[in-house]
Amino acid sequence: MPVPRTSAFPAGPPGSAGPVGRLVGALVSPILNPILSPLVSPLAKSLATPLAPDDYLGLIDPLLSARHPAGRVVAVRPECAGAATLEIRPGRGWAGHRAGQYLPVGVEIDGVRHWRTYSITSPPLAEAPGRTLTITVKEDPGGRVSPHLVHRTRPGAVLRLGPAQGEFTLPEASLPSRMLMVTAGSGITPVAGMLRTLARRRGGRGPAPDVVLLHSAPGPDEFLFRAELAALEAELPWLSVRARYTRTAGRLVPEHMGVLCPDWYERETWACGPEGLLDALERHWAAAGAGERLRVERFRPTPLLPEDPEAPGGRVRFEHSGVEADAPASVPLLETGEAAGVVMPYGCRRGLCFGCLAPLVHGRVRDLRTGELHGEPGELIQTCVNGAAGPLALAL
Amino acid sequence: MPSTPSMPSTSSMPVTSSTSTSAVPVTPLEQLEEHTEVLGEELDRIRAEVVAARGAEDARYIHTVIAVQRGLETGGRAALAVSLFPPAWAAGTAMLTVAKVLENMELGHNILHGQWDWMGDPAIHSTTWEWDFLTPADAWKHTHNHLHHTYTNVVGRDRDLGYTVLRMSPEQPWHPVHLLQPLYAALLAPVFEWGIALYDLEADGVRSGRKSVRAFLGDLAGMARKAVRQSAKDYVLFPLLAGPSALPCLLGNITANGLRNIWAHTVIFCGHFPADVQTFSYEEEQLEGETRGEWYLRQIQGSANIEGGLLLHVLTGNLSHQIEHHVFPDLPSNRYAELAPRIREVCARHGIAYVTGPLWRQYSSMWGRVLRHAVPKVPWGRS
Repeated sequence: MPVPRTSAFPAGPPGSAGPVGRLVGALVSPILNPILSPLVSPLAKSLATPLAPDDYLGLIDPLLSARHPAGRVVAVRPECAGAATLEIRPGRGWAGHRAGQYLPVGVEIDGVRHWRTYSITSPPLAEAPGRTLTITVKEDPGGRVSPHLVHRTRPGAVLRLGPAQGEFTLPEASLPSRMLMVTAGSGITPVAGMLRTLARRRGGRGPAPDVVLLHSAPGPDEFLFRAELAALEAELPWLSVRARYTRTAGRLVPEHMGVLCPDWYERETWACGPEGLLDALERHWAAAGAGERLRVERFRPTPLLPEDPEAPGGRVRFEHSGVEADAPASVPLLETGEAAGVVMPYGCRRGLCFGCLAPLVHGRVRDLRTGELHGEPGELIQTCVNGAAGPLALAL
Repeated sequence: MPSTPSMPSTSSMPVTSSTSTSAVPVTPLEQLEEHTEVLGEELDRIRAEVVAARGAEDARYIHTVIAVQRGLETGGRAALAVSLFPPAWAAGTAMLTVAKVLENMELGHNILHGQWDWMGDPAIHSTTWEWDFLTPADAWKHTHNHLHHTYTNVVGRDRDLGYTVLRMSPEQPWHPVHLLQPLYAALLAPVFEWGIALYDLEADGVRSGRKSVRAFLGDLAGMARKAVRQSAKDYVLFPLLAGPSALPCLLGNITANGLRNIWAHTVIFCGHFPADVQTFSYEEEQLEGETRGEWYLRQIQGSANIEGGLLLHVLTGNLSHQIEHHVFPDLPSNRYAELAPRIREVCARHGIAYVTGPLWRQYSSMWGRVLRHAVPKVPWGRS
């Protein structure tokens, strides 16, 4: 059975940016390539100072900017249950992603840029025909950004793109022979990216891992990508899709695993869905001694670590403002600076958009999400998710 | 936003010394205090309205100015590259001059004030912006946003009141060198950016011990680096790239920088130095205890507007609305025009002088002040 073309492998023609985009591309690339060559770029930089060549390129087409990576929406496809898939052509500065990662997206609404993250539902760019990526956004009727993306975004719209993030990914090197995906609701999105990647790489041939997808949705009408997954299952011998409709069969609990996927504890497992389900799965896997085979993805910003009274803070000096302040170890430097009256660059305040980057002059900082200590002179620090680890100075 | 003293206080109204006859009408002290309190509340309300209304239209405005400025700069550079052909020289120099004026006034000055920080765009943000001016953005933000906007026209505190070399109020001590100030004020105009760059180093602060020698040397190095980069670009690289048009290209760049400097000098001097603008001899306690309303009042009395059309406002970076800018330094500049009649109405109601006039009048009035204070205070003089 042929794979439906609806959203599996979005293959816009190379010039789907529109005639203007094509024209600009044709005009710009012969100029752009020499400008970016290592021989000429110092000269171009000197000619553009105090701006950068990037500032002029970004004005011709935001997709040419490397400093502020952007993407252009080339198609918006409605999905079921108030969701829509946006197909985006990323620009020059976007570094790509691994299957399963999520994408910070900066959307300008009424003059103000808002940042949100969405799982990328397409294979890595090199494997995606048309070199586009897709995100599938489910509308939150009370929200500000998701209704805008689902209902008011048209092809041609430009979005800022942050670097793809997350460790909930398909292993790059060697795939396990048996895999289990447990998803619920829009938790299917990162897994869809993985399954599409596997389908692309393996097709119907070769030694493919045996993959079971166990998805929970209120009913068939709310099952995102249902038709496409059914078609893939029919085509690919190694894929098995099992749906559980909670409206008729009740909520999915880990105790059902024995029936739904008898060898669950032997499978490398990826799970994404509501907190309650993930917590229950983690307990269940741990009880069976299979905890290290379960990876979970939670749709919320990585929480900051609980306050650690042992961790020493430090005195932070804001070099350009000439301000000094005490920075407790568990308070983001962004907040410390703002409280001290320093004008701090900021963005999402959740470690996603990299809008708050500030150069570290000296000292060390602690990532408040992971506890990791880092910091080299000159390193750009995300002040919204890093706290002081000893005395330090920022070039702000 | 510059830190503005906002501590409530019961201190008496500041003793203002004015070079003008249009001072605040004589009113009982308590009534004045109440007045400034109400003034502060009214202006805070106006500010909150604009903050709530900022949106897509404002964003489109600044994006348009940026696009026009970079387009003009590119066009000007391209025309000057073939400026052996005289019309190309004229067009190139004109485009580059306008580009440099926009870059300094409507973009650099206003973005560095944080007027566009609300958009959350790291590319158009007071912390990341750098401009085509010799003073590095950080150094300028300190002397301008902090010192000048907080202590506007306070003798001895606002260094912009005469830029430490000009005597602009009778309270500033006279020195024989001030006899020459009309001359050097005029000579300063075409090299204004160099003057401001030296001024922003705050050498006077080192002498008075307010600034450390190390900080001074650090700022000097930063300024020198920037000066080398900017000068290399305008006076070496672009002329060299112009090949046979090198000399006219160089002349075009010098002309554009010179005209931009004269224009900036004109606009900025007209903002605080026309005759009717007040200066303030404050004691330290008066500054400490200044209420929000009193601060607003000083900003209004210490600034002057220039009347004119849309083009004039854009080319002055909306500093033609100097009063509105000083009252709300961090509101987007494109909003000042609609704020002006409202502020003026508030002033009229409170009996506060609102100094405004066409460019020629403010400019000649400014020069009158430079001339008047070049000579020492005489008992029979106006000031």
